Order: sequence, then structure tokens, then C-alpha cells
Amino acid sequence: MSASSRVSRQELAQRIAEDIPEGAYVNLGIGAPTLVANYLPADLEIILHTENGLLGMGPAPAVGSVDPDLINAGKQPVTALAGAAYFHHADSFGMMRGGHLDICVLGAFQVGSNGDLANWSTGAADAIPAVGGAMDLAIGARNVWIMTDLLAKSGESKLVTECTYPLTGVGCVSRVYTDYAVFDVIGNTFRVRELFGDNTVEALEDLTGLNLK
Amino acid sequence: MIDKTVTDVAQAVAGIADGSTVMIGGFGRAGQPVELIDALIEQGAGDLTIVSNNAGNGDTGLAALLAKGRVRRIICSFPRQHDSWVFDGLYRAGEIELELVPQGNLAERIRAAGAGIGGFFSPTGVGTQLAEGKEERTIDGRRYALEYPVRADYALISAHRGDRWGNLVYRETARNFGPIMAAAAGTTVAQVDELVELGALDPEAVVTPGIFTNRVVAVGPRSWVRDGGFVGGVDIDGNPLSGSGASR
Repeated sequence: MSASSRVSRQELAQRIAEDIPEGAYVNLGIGAPTLVANYLPADLEIILHTENGLLGMGPAPAVGSVDPDLINAGKQPVTALAGAAYFHHADSFGMMRGGHLDICVLGAFQVGSNGDLANWSTGAADAIPAVGGAMDLAIGARNVWIMTDLLAKSGESKLVTECTYPLTGVGCVSRVYTDYAVFDVIGNTFRVRELFGDNTVEALEDLTGLNLK
Repeated sequence: MIDKTVTDVAQAVAGIADGSTVMIGGFGRAGQPVELIDALIEQGAGDLTIVSNNAGNGDTGLAALLAKGRVRRIICSFPRQHDSWVFDGLYRAGEIELELVPQGNLAERIRAAGAGIGGFFSPTGVGTQLAEGKEERTIDGRRYALEYPVRADYALISAHRGDRWGNLVYRETARNFGPIMAAAAGTTVAQVDELVELGALDPEAVVTPGIFTNRVVAVGPRSWVRDGGFVGGVDIDGNPLSGSGASR
């Protein structure tokens, strides 16, 4: 694959940010999805939710202004914007489960063509398990978008007919943003929504082994 | 006169018996009642079941309690963190039992206990390993799994200010599990940065009404807050910034 056929993680974050409308309540998952915040236009009011109890999350503080009481889900220091609100954990997860969040952006190990998501465990026997809010977000947000490389480090496609890793949520993913293309999950299949660079649907079928037409 | 205040952290954790279930507030280090945990270590209770979102950070607080071998079982959503080496070691050695619960189910199970709910159907985790074997119900076309309340003998939480009736307010995201754990335990112990006179807390802004609180102990202000104002000058772990340029 030529370099021109893939977008960088920053470019992908920017592409996702373009799809988030003003007024949306959005949760950005730990890891790469947090990059999306850097590309949300300053003139649009988009409200970021962090599971540990804040709506209206702002950017990281200056070094001397780090407040250990004010952190995000990744336990990194953040700030609170004018208009922000704090709440306890049961309320925070009620916002997810109750369908009040418009969009969440999560990472993935695998996404199934039926919208199943696997992103919390590789199932490795010696791994220390941890799930956090992944399952609540996956089934709770009205639109679950995935931000991921199309291919795992092993070269295998992360988009699969059926997930083999332990599931995070069943039938919950609506869109997948990858470094090669953007896919929608429609009627138990992946449909190419947008191709980056000189990619073609046929080339992506070769890469993923999926029927994308 | 009602006075729930106790003068020191040793009195605050008095009576916690071996084999107790103890909720410990906090999300990572934020809101973790470190002074109460230190007092619990000193107090000596063991064979504990701990309910907490994480399983300790670094070598202090909950991690120190684990390192002392006082915890038999932990109910937790996210034990693995970059600084959870104490838990990781115990888990790998088979020296601690883990019940892994999705975070929202953990929060709602705690809330349910405090609210007198005998169980509830949650969509979270349905179809995954973590809901295997649970009773399922389809309601309005959606699958749910039955979750039971989690209650505790004691809750140890950290709040910003409190009064002698046990009314509490929190600070920023350090609120996290405090309010729901306060309601879910037989005895709720709150450490506060500052004890204030009755009436000093705005009733409109009280987050945990005193009915949920049994003991209140003042532990003094955090180094990044002075006279109710944020002064900064610390790193994310609350340690002073190194060098002479530490801002205030």
C-alpha cells in the first residue's frame, strides 16, 4: 500500500471531528479517540462527557495548573469549561445507558459486520482484566463510532464477519473510521462510506477478505 | 445534639471487623480517601472484601492496603492501570479474588443498594462474558440482564467539606462514587478537607444529605487547594512540582 492510501491518526481524528454537529453530547474513549477533541472547531458548542463525572470537559491545563481533583476517564488532568457540570457515577452512567449521549468514539480490537464490538479484552490467559465503562458506552450512546487502524499489527483485518475476541457489546457499532476508509454498518454488512486517498473498494476487499459491495 | 464528627481517623475506622465488606470511593486517585485507608491499615482488619472502581495506584492508599495482604476479594471495574503493580502481582499469584463488573453496572448496583432496590435489568454486558449465566429478560424488544445490589458494611469516602450532621459537598470529579457509596453502606465514614459550621453549606448545593453519613473526620486541606481556592503547583498525583518554578 502506498502512503497516499492511508490517513494519519491525526487526520483521521480531524475527519471524525468534522462529522460531529454543534450541540452534540459526545464521549471520546481512552486512547486515540481523545485526539478528536483537538479538532473540534472552537466556534461550535460541542459538549464532551467524561464518565468519571463531568459534562463540559475542556483541554488539558497548563503544567502549573494541574488539579488532581479534575481528571478525565484516562485519569489525565483536564479543565472544565464555563457551563460545565459535575455529577456522581450513577448519573454519569445513566447518561450513557439512558441514551442521552449522541455520539461516542471508541477504539476496537475487532468490529463484526453485525455491529458487534470487541475492545476490552484479547482473551489472553495471563492478562489482567479490566473493562471500565467500555460496555456501558458501547450499548448506551445513540451512535457508536469506532476509530481504529483497519489492520492489526499482525496484518489481520480488524473488520471481521464475526468477532473472535470477547465482545464488549452486541450489534452496537454504526460507523467505523479507519486509516483506509470510513465504513457504515448497515443490515449486517459493512458499506464503504468514504475512501481515503487512492483506495478502491476492491482493494479493501482484498485487504479485509470481506464483501463490501 | 447530633454530632457525627470524630476527632481522628483512628476513631473514624474503629469497629471495622475482619471479613467486612468495605466500599472505597475514588476514581484513580481522585476522591480516594487515602487518610482513611491508611487508618484502616493501622487498625488491622483483614480478610476484607473491597468494592472500588480501581484496584489501587502506586504504593499508597488502596494499593498499600492490598500490599499488606488485608484484602481477600475485590469488586472492581478497572483494576489494570499503568500504576497498578500491587494488584497485578497479587492477581497473578492467585492471592486475590476479582469480581470484574462493568463500571455502570457497578455504579448502579451500588446505587440500588442505597435505594432499597432488590435488583434491576441492565442492557450493559448482555451477550458478553460478563453477563454469562445471568437471568435475561427482553423488554420492549431489548435484551437486559438481571443485576443485584452491592451493599457494604462500611463505606470510606472523601468529600471536600462536611458539617456535624454529615452533610457533604465534593470537589470536581473527586465526587465520583462518594454519593452512591454513602447510601449503600451500614456505616459511612467521610473524610473531609474541612469541617464547617452547621448552616455553612448551602442546602441547595448539598450533594450527600447527612442521613447517609455516620462519621465525619477532618483531614486537612489538599495541597492544591487553599481557603477554598485552587492554587495548583502539583502534579497529577498531588505531589509538589519539582524545581523553584512551582506556581501557586
